[in-house]
Amino acid sequence: MPSHDVLVIGAGLAGQRAALAAAEEGVSVGIISKVHPVRSHSNAAQGGINAALNPGDSWESHAFDTIKGSDYLSDQDAVEIMTREAPEEILHLEHLGVTFHRNEEGKLGTRAFGGASAARTYYVADITGQAIMHVLYEQLMKYSEQIARYEEWFCSSLAIDENGECCGVVTRNVADGQVELFQAKSVILCTGGNGMVWKPSTNALICTGDGIAMAYRAGAKLMDMEMIQYHPTTLAGKGFLITEGARGEGAHLLNAKGERFMERYAPNKMELASRDVVSRAEQTEINEGRGFPDGTVALDITVVPKKRVHEALREIVLVGRDFAGVDITREPIHIKPGNHYTMGGVKTDVDGRTDIPGLYSAGETACVSVHGGNRLGANSLLDTLIFGKRSGRDAAARAKRIDYARASKQVLEDEENLVADIISREKGSGRRISEIKLELGQTMDAKVAVFRDEAGITEALETVRRLKEEAKTAYIDDHGSVFNQDLLGAIELGYMLDNAECTCVAALERKESRGAQYRTDFPERNDTDWLKHIDLERTDDGPEISYSEVTITQWEPQERTY
Amino acid sequence: MADYTIKVRRFQPESGEGPYWEEFNVDLDPSLSVLDGLLQAKDRDDGSLAVRCSCRAAICGSCGMKVNGQSTLGCKTQIGEAQEQADKMVGAAGVSAAVADSPIRGEGSDLGSAGNPIVIEPMGNMPVIKDLITDMESTHWTKIRRVTPWLLPHGEPPEREYVVEPESMIDITQSMACIQCGACVSSCLSMEADPGFIGPAALAKAYRFVGDPRDAETHERLHDLADDPHGIYDCTHCFSCIDACPKGVAPMDQIMRLRRKAGEEGIEDPNAGHDHEIAFVKVIEKKGLLDEALLVQESYAPGIKGKLKPSKRGLTETIKSLPTILRPLRKRKVKLRQAIPGLHHGLPKEAMGDVKSIYAHAEEHSEELNLYIRGEEGDDAQPDGAAAEEVTND
Ligand SMILES: Cc1cc2nc3c(=O)[nH]c(=O)nc-3n(C[C@H](O)[C@H](O)[C@H](O)COP(=O)(O)OP(=O)(O)OC[C@H]3O[C@@H](n4cnc5c(N)ncnc54)[C@H](O)[C@@H]3O)c2cc1C
Ligand code: SF4
Ligand code: SF4
Ligand code: FES
Repeated sequence: MPSHDVLVIGAGLAGQRAALAAAEEGVSVGIISKVHPVRSHSNAAQGGINAALNPGDSWESHAFDTIKGSDYLSDQDAVEIMTREAPEEILHLEHLGVTFHRNEEGKLGTRAFGGASAARTYYVADITGQAIMHVLYEQLMKYSEQIARYEEWFCSSLAIDENGECCGVVTRNVADGQVELFQAKSVILCTGGNGMVWKPSTNALICTGDGIAMAYRAGAKLMDMEMIQYHPTTLAGKGFLITEGARGEGAHLLNAKGERFMERYAPNKMELASRDVVSRAEQTEINEGRGFPDGTVALDITVVPKKRVHEALREIVLVGRDFAGVDITREPIHIKPGNHYTMGGVKTDVDGRTDIPGLYSAGETACVSVHGGNRLGANSLLDTLIFGKRSGRDAAARAKRIDYARASKQVLEDEENLVADIISREKGSGRRISEIKLELGQTMDAKVAVFRDEAGITEALETVRRLKEEAKTAYIDDHGSVFNQDLLGAIELGYMLDNAECTCVAALERKESRGAQYRTDFPERNDTDWLKHIDLERTDDGPEISYSEVTITQWEPQERTY
Repeated sequence: MADYTIKVRRFQPESGEGPYWEEFNVDLDPSLSVLDGLLQAKDRDDGSLAVRCSCRAAICGSCGMKVNGQSTLGCKTQIGEAQEQADKMVGAAGVSAAVADSPIRGEGSDLGSAGNPIVIEPMGNMPVIKDLITDMESTHWTKIRRVTPWLLPHGEPPEREYVVEPESMIDITQSMACIQCGACVSSCLSMEADPGFIGPAALAKAYRFVGDPRDAETHERLHDLADDPHGIYDCTHCFSCIDACPKGVAPMDQIMRLRRKAGEEGIEDPNAGHDHEIAFVKVIEKKGLLDEALLVQESYAPGIKGKLKPSKRGLTETIKSLPTILRPLRKRKVKLRQAIPGLHHGLPKEAMGDVKSIYAHAEEHSEELNLYIRGEEGDDAQPDGAAAEEVTND
């Protein structure tokens, strides 16, 4: 049985940072990822990463922007930690070799991002996430003696010992189908978000909410699951993202009449208001008939100097050309709000600890919560790194304190039985996995998106519960061991359905409009009743609801205008 | 929506059978990708069709494959364009010979669009694990690890950031743009001849450190890459990797930068590549035409005419080249006067004026071709020559 003091599940930015931080403490570390680490979704982050590092900027200002952006649902102690530690983390990355953009003096240069009161976004052209992740992976290779890498291993469930502590994971080697129980003193879940529950989504195909579902099934609490971000600028149909950096560089949003409609919704910040605000504005324009016939509005990048576009927005020049057939330096491109980010997730404290001792979580999987009702652009990479680092350290400290607990072989058997069951289903005995995924994605995008109401969410929840039943008999074609992606797809579908159910339940519960949750039947924010988190815990009859306080340190909730 | 037939080279390792071809009919918008086509076939017809993919947006580097014989990313190749390309091809051209006669299964192309099927194969220069999934660990990642792929700065880091030339960061950002997809490795001709070749992706990665002013081991790195017989001088300059690379990394250019830097460090090039390059430029500047014999002499013993004594190596290399020079002589492809250094005729005087102006232009625009800098040159003017080529390829 492979064993490591600290086992990190997921090798995006959060996972890699956690592994490096744990290794620095001198414990043995294993890192598992279902795809090769550099394929992780963190490399999609184009825009950049926030930190108040410029002279004249302050962590308080960064914190306030984050809290206001969150519609006051973030926990302010966590936001303080994240924004205070941000500058040091940027410098750390720079020292490791990230090729951050420089100003003329050769020092770190910044760009503006939505919802921020200062230009504090650090970036590498428009490959920021990729550049940081590849540099962290360089470090993983460098420290390969302390950190064992399990590349293309799929983790499917958590092992909990008789004291209710997490003591390992069940993992399948994708290359040969071998299933193993890994033993660990601390397990850190960093499996990213759940965008695949919606269709279309800006997320990668691997973002199926695995860690959220595994923690939920093991009994950990989830929090803020109703808070799903729709990004204002995604390509219609395919869901590709046009980075907020475009608006940061000065691009305009226009409706079909050519009006810069943000004047009506956010007269001060215009296109750079918070994402929930801009997405709602666009959707309103589209719903009220001022959009284009394909259900979009336009993003006009031609107002940005070409030189600057080529230098700083190269990736989206390529996206426009390759995926929409549009030269963004010459004509506006059609965009609409699209599923983008999971603000909620596994409930943790500021050291990544979940409700289950020994189980940690960081990154998009976790909910600390720093993003609350709405995440600011370029705050997510920061979240992954800061809380990845902190959970790595705390997980290592725990590992130094305790001995290995014995994991029961039961989880392994359960897993083998599940796999045997899926494989034994006859072709044609039920629906295809892909059909169920499609119906799920379209339902969620139609009913649990930018605008929501009770009837729609209820319908979505009913659909999800029916699909859960149908998934039990859905069949697959591949019955082999080597790279059986079909089987993994069936397991992921189970995770996606758990995620969807939790989001519906929480969205139905929150009877107000805050951040990404906009209820047309309850259009106002209601601090008296709803300035609180919705927590969910698994029972056999579905998620059980409870509430937890929002931590407020120095910023009292105010009306939110941009 | 349009109908397409994709013809996939499949291999199911657990079946006990060899590779075979299978055709699938798919219908999707021409602007969608070849990967979308594969995923549709997988969703609708056969879930066992194995292909690595994740981002669908040419960012994660998972979906390297050959489409109509060309190494690329499945998600970056529009299926409509792939069809046009397939229609231009005659028969099974572009399909690797080894499997061209493997059995064909599936629905048959007559059900699909009228043209040729779009041919999809796993990447080359790598063992195939299953269908389109190749073993990148043994062929790609071991090579990446070979170049000591992490920053080796000198001493403790500064309190704030390292202060460096802004251009130096932009310069290495071109190789940072690499997504480790392996398309260049798949297409590399030297790799085919010498599987031990460090290869385009790993050498581009090496430049990311050699070009990084924060790295303190530039000299050692260059020596290491130059002394390795599978290192920077193993590249034959074939441009395949530049064509294949979906991210404009232009690995060959990075290799040439490494060679130039090695030359500057006084590292001797066993093939005299760098000297050869300089000699080439000099000879053309002087005569407007290529005087092959003078080129050999200039490459190994620059400036020997009367002034300098040729180095011993220069002489041996020139003598070693004699058979190469004599062969065309014997076959009468080359006249004797062309084989004697300096006797080859040059361009007429008037034409030499044009040559001079080309040199003057090149001198003025001597900056490296780097897509991250290119935008600065400016607005509407189409970048000329090589740059324009680059834009359409990346
Ligand atoms: C298009 C796009 C652009 C973005 N731009 C920005 C930006 O500019 N700035 C910003 O701050 N944020 C941005 N974000 C958000 C940000 O990229 C993500 O939130 C962040 O990268 C998530 O990192 P992570 O480490 O939590 O997860 P990921 O990077 O998604 O990594 C998840 C890891 O978990 C592994 N994994 C998952 N399931 C399993 C399993 N069952 N078994 C084993 N391993 C598993 C995966 O293999 C992967 O290694 C963007 C997001 C998108 C989609
Ligand atoms: S140019 Fe060199 S590295 Fe590139 S494909 Fe050709 S031989 Fe390989
Ligand atoms: S250099 Fe280009 S082709 Fe080669 S691995 Fe990197 S991105 Fe792929
Ligand atoms: S799927 Fe990510 S590069 Fe093609």
